[in-house]
Amino acid sequence: MTADVRLQNVTKTFGDLTALNEISLDIEAGEFIVLLGPSGCGKSTLLSIIGGFLAPTSGKVLIGGKDMTIVPPSVRPTTTMFQDYALFPHMTLRDNVAFGLRMRKVGRAERGQKADEFLHMVGLKASADRKPHELSGGQRQRVALARALAVNPDLLLLDEPLGALDMKLRRQMQDELKAIQKEIGTTFIHVTHDQEEAMAIADRIVVMNHGVIEGYGKPADIYMQPRSIFAAGFMGEVNFIPGKVIAAQDKQYQVETVFGPMQLSKNSFTAGAPNVGDETTLCIRPEQLLPVSDNIERVTLCRAEVVNGAFFGTHFRCHLKPESAPDLMLVAHMPQSTQLKQGDTIDVLVNPADIIALPPRALES
Amino acid sequence: MRTQLSAVFSWGYFVAIYSFIFLPVAVLVLFSFQDGRLPIPPFNGVTFKWYAEVFADSKLMSALGNSLTVASLSSVVACVLGFCAAYGLARYRLPGTAFQRVLLTAPMTVSYLIIALGLLVVFNWTGVRLSLWTVGIGHVVINLPLCFAIIYASMGDHQKNIERAARDLGANNFQVMVLITAPMLMPSILAAFFLSLTFSWDEFIIAFLLSRFDVTLPVEIWSLLRSGLNPKTNAIGSLVFLISTVLLVVLELFIFRGRGKNDS
Repeated sequence: MTADVRLQNVTKTFGDLTALNEISLDIEAGEFIVLLGPSGCGKSTLLSIIGGFLAPTSGKVLIGGKDMTIVPPSVRPTTTMFQDYALFPHMTLRDNVAFGLRMRKVGRAERGQKADEFLHMVGLKASADRKPHELSGGQRQRVALARALAVNPDLLLLDEPLGALDMKLRRQMQDELKAIQKEIGTTFIHVTHDQEEAMAIADRIVVMNHGVIEGYGKPADIYMQPRSIFAAGFMGEVNFIPGKVIAAQDKQYQVETVFGPMQLSKNSFTAGAPNVGDETTLCIRPEQLLPVSDNIERVTLCRAEVVNGAFFGTHFRCHLKPESAPDLMLVAHMPQSTQLKQGDTIDVLVNPADIIALPPRALES
Repeated sequence: MRTQLSAVFSWGYFVAIYSFIFLPVAVLVLFSFQDGRLPIPPFNGVTFKWYAEVFADSKLMSALGNSLTVASLSSVVACVLGFCAAYGLARYRLPGTAFQRVLLTAPMTVSYLIIALGLLVVFNWTGVRLSLWTVGIGHVVINLPLCFAIIYASMGDHQKNIERAARDLGANNFQVMVLITAPMLMPSILAAFFLSLTFSWDEFIIAFLLSRFDVTLPVEIWSLLRSGLNPKTNAIGSLVFLISTVLLVVLELFIFRGRGKNDS
């Protein structure tokens, strides 16, 4: 089963602190949504409100079209997979997974069989008679997933469930979560602060900061077309170059930067078309800076000296000191094949269509 | 030289402290087997006739039964009440939580004599007749603070999330308490139960002042002692000690040892 979720102007305050500020969000049935943001951004609070563990100060929560704002967790069509697994320590794995069915008055034999099916799905059927303390962290994780799914929820909430696992296990669990979600079609809302994890599993990512949504969209859009300085910075490395719009003509904008004037199209201004005279911040991903032109669309951004660099396998990551603005150090991911040495001076090229120009407000974050 | 001296000293201390604690009990047990009229040296030889007399004494046997009944029932009640109080104070925001905690544990600092007197006044005033029931009530009063303190100390935030998970899966508050919280806290609940069982089993003053015709074992032993020393009192004393020891061993083996395992 699956259901859509609508949040309408959800606000949550704790005393003077505003944890969530007028959050509105539409999630379609069957989507895998990731709430992404630094700790304290309000993502876990939002999850608790959707799960019914917290009531919003104002606003509405609709699940499957029904108003669930003040419905307690036990009656909601949601289940939560907790960060610390929260398995019942005194019960076997089978009884853990069957607990939700027991609360729904399913008979002992039937719920035992159903529990075994879900344990089989997560690869732990052979351990059904064991207790949680006999399992490893990754296995407990799987039991928690099976227990949450056994009651056939419309919506599964995952509260940083992979945070305690080591890197390799985490990658493996991400793939499994994604596969299971596609198979059963239940809507998943997953909280994390790891942007790589978000991109690995999400259909759509919600980037949050200070209780507001900074961006919402497919992973590629959030990465390539961020709508805010915060979203651009949180999704990976990025170079910020201050500039000013000095002329506009035919959906083409002239931006004055320390590297001289740049010609940008309207598409670069993802947060809305600017006015002439507006300050703007150009965002360029490190991998969008290139040393040689293999494409006529690229233009020279600047001439710069290679300060230091290291080989990263998929790319050569280096810091560049532009001649025209030595204080504005750039980060670049050059192709593997480039033979750059410290002290080399190169022309740095960029495709103007790659550049994103945003209002400069939140540069401090 | 120095190490030898300290070894001698520590062994001496070891022997001294355990003799101090257990010599009286050992003497009591030894003279319960006295083949003679008086439980005093010299030891004349081994006989089991005093134990036979104890088991033949219907008053002693019914007092033993009374003691067991009062101890187990009052301990169950004290544990249930203590658990509910601990659950309420640990899980809900109540007015004056700290004050209520102090109020609940305060009776531990009051002497049993004062508690017995207070209860006696209350029972007289309300017209409740003295019986084994009133003794049981007295034992709940002295054991409830203990049960509360032990169970409350074992309630942590980690279990809170587990209770949330149960609620999330459809359990109501009562189901959470009975199916999740109580089993999780079972080691400390059992510890509280066996401790209050031991205390109630040994308790004299409250049982003496709050009972009338049916009495508990300590009270019966007391009236036996008034007619003079007799190896029979040693025999019943040894039995009481044996039962207390068994309780203690049960507590150690099944509860305190199992604790580390369940926490991990």
